[in-house]
Amino acid sequence: MPWDTHLLPPELRDLQVVIEGHARSYGLDFYPTIFEVLDYDELSEIASLGGFPVRYPHWRFGMEYDQLSKGYRYGLQKIYEMVINNDPCYAYLLRCNPLVDQKLVMAHVYGHNDFFKNNQFFAHTNRKMMDEMANHGSRVRAIIDREGETAVERFIDCCLSLENLIDIHSPYIKRRKPPERFGVDAAEQGGEASHTPGRLPSKQYMDGFINPPETLRAEAEKSRAERDRPRRFPEEPERDVLLFLLENAPLKPWQHDILAIIRDEAYYFAPQGQTKIMNEGWASYWHSTIMTRHCLDPSELIDYADHHSGTMAMTGGRLNPYKIGIELLRDIEQRWDRGQFGPEWQACDDVQERARWDKAVGLGRQKIFEVRRVHNDITFIDEFLTPEFCRRHKLFSFGFNDDAETYEIESREFPKIKERLLFSLTNFGQPIIRVRDANYANRGELYLEHIAANEVGLRFDFAQRTLENLHRIWMRPVHIETIDDETPTLLSYDGTDHSVLPLAAPRRARLVRSGRREG
Amino acid sequence: MARQIDRDLNRFREIVRGRVKHDLRKYISQGEMIGRTGGEYVSIPIPRIEIPEFRYGSKNSGGVGSGPGENGQAIGPGPNDGGVGQAGDAPGEHIMEVEIGLMELAEMMGEQLRLPRIQPKGQSNIVDMKDRYTNVRQTGPESLRHFKRTFKQAIKRQVASGIYDPENPLIVPIREDRRYKSWTSLPTPRSAAVLIYVMDVSGSVTDEQKAIVRNEAFWIDTWMKSQFKDLEKRYVIHDTVAREVDEHTFYHTRESGGTRISSAYKLADEIVRKNYPLEDWNIYVMQFSDGDNWGEDNAQCVSLLRENILPAANQLAYVQVHSPYGTGEFLRLLKSEFSGDERLALSEVRDRDGIMDSIREVLGRGR
Repeated sequence: MPWDTHLLPPELRDLQVVIEGHARSYGLDFYPTIFEVLDYDELSEIASLGGFPVRYPHWRFGMEYDQLSKGYRYGLQKIYEMVINNDPCYAYLLRCNPLVDQKLVMAHVYGHNDFFKNNQFFAHTNRKMMDEMANHGSRVRAIIDREGETAVERFIDCCLSLENLIDIHSPYIKRRKPPERFGVDAAEQGGEASHTPGRLPSKQYMDGFINPPETLRAEAEKSRAERDRPRRFPEEPERDVLLFLLENAPLKPWQHDILAIIRDEAYYFAPQGQTKIMNEGWASYWHSTIMTRHCLDPSELIDYADHHSGTMAMTGGRLNPYKIGIELLRDIEQRWDRGQFGPEWQACDDVQERARWDKAVGLGRQKIFEVRRVHNDITFIDEFLTPEFCRRHKLFSFGFNDDAETYEIESREFPKIKERLLFSLTNFGQPIIRVRDANYANRGELYLEHIAANEVGLRFDFAQRTLENLHRIWMRPVHIETIDDETPTLLSYDGTDHSVLPLAAPRRARLVRSGRREG
Repeated sequence: MARQIDRDLNRFREIVRGRVKHDLRKYISQGEMIGRTGGEYVSIPIPRIEIPEFRYGSKNSGGVGSGPGENGQAIGPGPNDGGVGQAGDAPGEHIMEVEIGLMELAEMMGEQLRLPRIQPKGQSNIVDMKDRYTNVRQTGPESLRHFKRTFKQAIKRQVASGIYDPENPLIVPIREDRRYKSWTSLPTPRSAAVLIYVMDVSGSVTDEQKAIVRNEAFWIDTWMKSQFKDLEKRYVIHDTVAREVDEHTFYHTRESGGTRISSAYKLADEIVRKNYPLEDWNIYVMQFSDGDNWGEDNAQCVSLLRENILPAANQLAYVQVHSPYGTGEFLRLLKSEFSGDERLALSEVRDRDGIMDSIREVLGRGR
């Protein structure tokens, strides 16, 4: 199909100009936007490739496509819009949508686009990712030509299995010194001869006072202790497991290349997971504002209301990020408009007065623009979720009941709700896993630890299959420490057998040998 | 234009097929796994294929939802009912349906059971003529005009006669330029088969045995369909008398009383004589029974088999389904009377797990 059939038809192009004008007038600041119109089949294709027309070949995309296109054919689901964090920003419209939906989607897209450009958590992402993904695609294809499809696919499967083991905060924090370029630590090289630790420069006659011998001795002692301290590897537990593997696992060059590609893409997608609520909330806020104040034709009102509320609906007790996002932003805007913040507001505990509170400071708009720049979902919820908000939206926290094997409503108390919500957002609801020891038992075995906050352990069947994949990369036995119902437990895989070993169990430890657990 | 997704989709389908093939024994022994058999496709539920990763288990997990409800009210089983960030779905519980063509399924089964292709008899003397469009000629009906060839011819003519102007390439075919598609008739051997199912519905046959029969018959059907272009099926049930029924009645009838297998043999023989000339048809008889027969009837059965049925049929398969009531006498009789006869396939099924082996015994001779 020639690509130009994807170009916007004239009536949509005119609309784009209008909507872009409105967005700009509100102070939204975005990358140039390119809309393409696609049939559902094409949209499904692009959606299953994560929004990118060209990526590396992998069956997982085919599976995604199979599900999307079936879902559409059976009338179960429909993708309305897709937008790519890229400069220029690409967005896709569904050809068969009525005009009112196209307007809504366009306005929504400008919200996302502005968010991508301005939210600080997206600052490190590659804005030429469209090209980069295509490059990844051709690199992988070249590797397939050399190494064969099966080998490469198997390896990609392994990498994808570990894809979530990245350190999402590492773009913003320097966790360790960059490795020495010339391989030798300066301090080690210098040795004691040229430099005595702790000695300050002094004239000879003052030396006894400025550098008292006992202090020097203590310093020397300390530095020797530091040097002789048993070396651990890695020195500090490493959260970026993929980076650790890249630097230390016995990978062939092509494997190194593929793992690096998977890691790059994982880091690119990470901020979208980190800001789901805010991003959708922000975009919804703007489509709602632009549509209801400017673009909506009276004849379209019912359809618009229907689709908007469909997107915002919380069905089956599920939390809808669109809804939470937009409502929290509106809540913030209202609070800052009426001046419901600061020590005076905090100190007031008269319910009626709080309800009437309006200092007419009008800082709402300004505040939400600030929020969209500096927050991610965790800080956003932590900072702005209020008990009033939870009550108004009938939020509850739920937990798993082991006996009944179902989830049950647990509480409607604010602290509990907030705790559960923050936990589910931490590390995007993924377990936090670090490399603790890469020379475990002094046999080059890899020891991972799962930092089990909240007493939630790993799913064993998944963990064991993941260990198998990790073993294919590390090539030596691999272990992961997690908890099983409050007991620290070590899952191991040595290339042939799995074992489950409770650590420091109250009673005697017991070794369970088993084959693969069936899922 | 080849789309990237087609490659990925095909690879995914290959993986799915691999799974199905791998678990085929399971699907064969548990017929319920096979979903609706609408036309040419069956849909088979298989566990969702997922890339494993480290993720939270359900113990102590939870999330936030919204809506009405008291504390302690259940809001849904399994970990897939969570709120934000808890949307992990559990495999094993999650089923995905894949559609597989019957022919492909038959092929998988053939591969798995190492079934030989059936060598149809009478291949040489049953011939159909089949038309294929292979040629082009200068006359014909307008509906068969070959557009491209016509214009090619027109260009050739124009170039040859010097009318062709590259600057202004106006090509108008005239009468003589027209070309038409034409066909040749090719003789293709026709392979037709009739499959006569015979089942004992006497009191001693239980529902479980019928389920086994239904399962086995489904797979045998599938295989035979892949081997013959025309496949007809006839169903005969019998206790002391036999009658011909449709497929539904065949599986759902239960009579009481005794068993006279010869009655069914007689009816089968009649059906063949009336409708299926031996030189045009491959004839198969599939008999399911619990092995009980009225003692005095045995002699008649043997003579009917020997004189009428076996000479006509490619194969008679006798599948004895083990029953708590039946004696299994008939199998012993056939074994002693016809030992070493290629045309008779004998098999015994104890339970569902035996279906697979039984299929192999029935279809394994390639007759």
